[in-house]
Amino acid sequence: MKRVLVGIKRVVDYNVRVRVKPDGSGIALDGVKMSINPFDEIALEEALRIKERGAADEVVVASVGNADCQQQLRTALAMGADRALLVDTASAGGAPGGDLGLEPLTLARVLLALVQREQPFMVILGKQAIDDDNSQTGPMLAALWDRPQATFASKIELAGEKAIVTREVDQGLETLEVGLPAVFTTDLRLNEPRYVKLPDIMKAKRKPLDTLSLSSLGVSSRARVKAVRFEPPPQRQKGIRVKDAAELAAALKQKGLV
Amino acid sequence: MAGALVVAEHDGTTLSPSTSRCVTCASAIAGAQVTVAVCAADAGAVAAQAAELKGVETVLKVEQAANAHPIAAVLAPQLAQLAQLAGGYSHVLGPSTTFGRDLMPRLAALLDAPQVSDIMAVESPTRFKRPIYAGNVVVTVDVVDAPIIVGTVRTASYAGAPGGGSARIESASVGTAAAAHTRFVSVSASKTDRPDLQSARRVISGGRALGSAEGFQLLYRLADKLGAAVGASRAAVDAGYVPNEMQVGQTGKIIAPELYIAVGISGAIQHLTGIKDAKTIVAINKDAEAPIFEVADIGLVGDLFEIVPQLEKLLS
Repeated sequence: MKRVLVGIKRVVDYNVRVRVKPDGSGIALDGVKMSINPFDEIALEEALRIKERGAADEVVVASVGNADCQQQLRTALAMGADRALLVDTASAGGAPGGDLGLEPLTLARVLLALVQREQPFMVILGKQAIDDDNSQTGPMLAALWDRPQATFASKIELAGEKAIVTREVDQGLETLEVGLPAVFTTDLRLNEPRYVKLPDIMKAKRKPLDTLSLSSLGVSSRARVKAVRFEPPPQRQKGIRVKDAAELAAALKQKGLV
Repeated sequence: MAGALVVAEHDGTTLSPSTSRCVTCASAIAGAQVTVAVCAADAGAVAAQAAELKGVETVLKVEQAANAHPIAAVLAPQLAQLAQLAGGYSHVLGPSTTFGRDLMPRLAALLDAPQVSDIMAVESPTRFKRPIYAGNVVVTVDVVDAPIIVGTVRTASYAGAPGGGSARIESASVGTAAAAHTRFVSVSASKTDRPDLQSARRVISGGRALGSAEGFQLLYRLADKLGAAVGASRAAVDAGYVPNEMQVGQTGKIIAPELYIAVGISGAIQHLTGIKDAKTIVAINKDAEAPIFEVADIGLVGDLFEIVPQLEKLLS
């Protein structure tokens, strides 16, 4: 069975402008729209396309968090994943580390345990989550697993026991060849995720969604990066409006910027 | 003894400005002696440049044929050995560029160390500030129970370290074989004579409103008059007007130029997070309600196809 494992994180929807709680203790999340992390949606789309091309037999999605993550896993199943795993952290005594949730290294250990259980030939994750913007979990999993990583992928081609990956790096586009199994993290231009159709949402309700506990995977949730305070970023001072190019040029010259 | 190890970013011949900014961040860790590690096939030229940075005490050359290209799976085991050598380091820092974001978490996992990403301020050796939610929130974090802290440095938050230093250069030998499972094939970078986007003093960026790759020619002409780098919004990159390395924003480059001119960019929060540290932001957009005007120091509502050529003449 050629299996692809995809990580799904439940995050505040990318259109929401988040607010810090007045006492600085966290982010106000009551009633805020939650979604699949956009990079994870791209990861799932890539896995589904690989399966549809016949290069994989099964797509398994996994999320780590509380029971609310079932919503995002059901959406993933509706997109086309075959089955879902929820690693429930509720029994671990709430989100360790306050509002920051599980640390990436702990997440990577959870994913490693899932890898050992599921034996995937590819693990596809988002390059970062748009809430904590850590951008750590993929390479950490690859290190613990002692397998290759291809981060920021904008193209993945499978060729037998290898994958040829185009990566979006600061210099331009880099091409790497990695042996499988390997960890991939997605960049924006890897693909455009499909929309979920209504009948698929109904079908997804019958697909398997298993819940596992952190302790059953032998992972402890130590927290070593603790949030002390949350605050909004410094605001920029209100600017001026100019009426035409001449005024703009004059303003730039006056400020000594050109 | 506290020591901060900075992992140098370079292309084999030239040290990246991101490293000099990491040195400034490392120097802000009280009591930390700063060492720069240069992993390369031949580290001589880059090590000499690193040794000139003020605040650097030692430069370590880590030379292996396999280090010719920056492959995380190859570099991380070597750096993990280095970080745990006698004396040891309390901090290991790299830039929050694609190089550092690829490498540092792999290194952190090998060290079983927690990582603090995108450090924007060092409050104490164990307390840092970093942006989350696309820069809409700043969180202060304490790191506990960690002999080694790994961090990526938000380079836009730091100025480069001045030159004039004279650090010791030493060779470090770490016995690590190459990772056979990863092979570098190629890197394609568009050649440009314009300044580097991440360190340019002036940047002009364009959005989807430019309409085409040809539309960007307007910006290139103005940029060349001003000696500016050219960037783009995600929309312009997605539309194929310009290559990915020009993208500015949460998932592209985070920059801090003295002057940023946003042309035909509406100003999604994901873009704004990439330009928050610009000293002066100028916005040119035909939509007076565009969110970019909320952060602009100077705003001009109008047709970019008229304004940009006029500006080019006026600033000649």
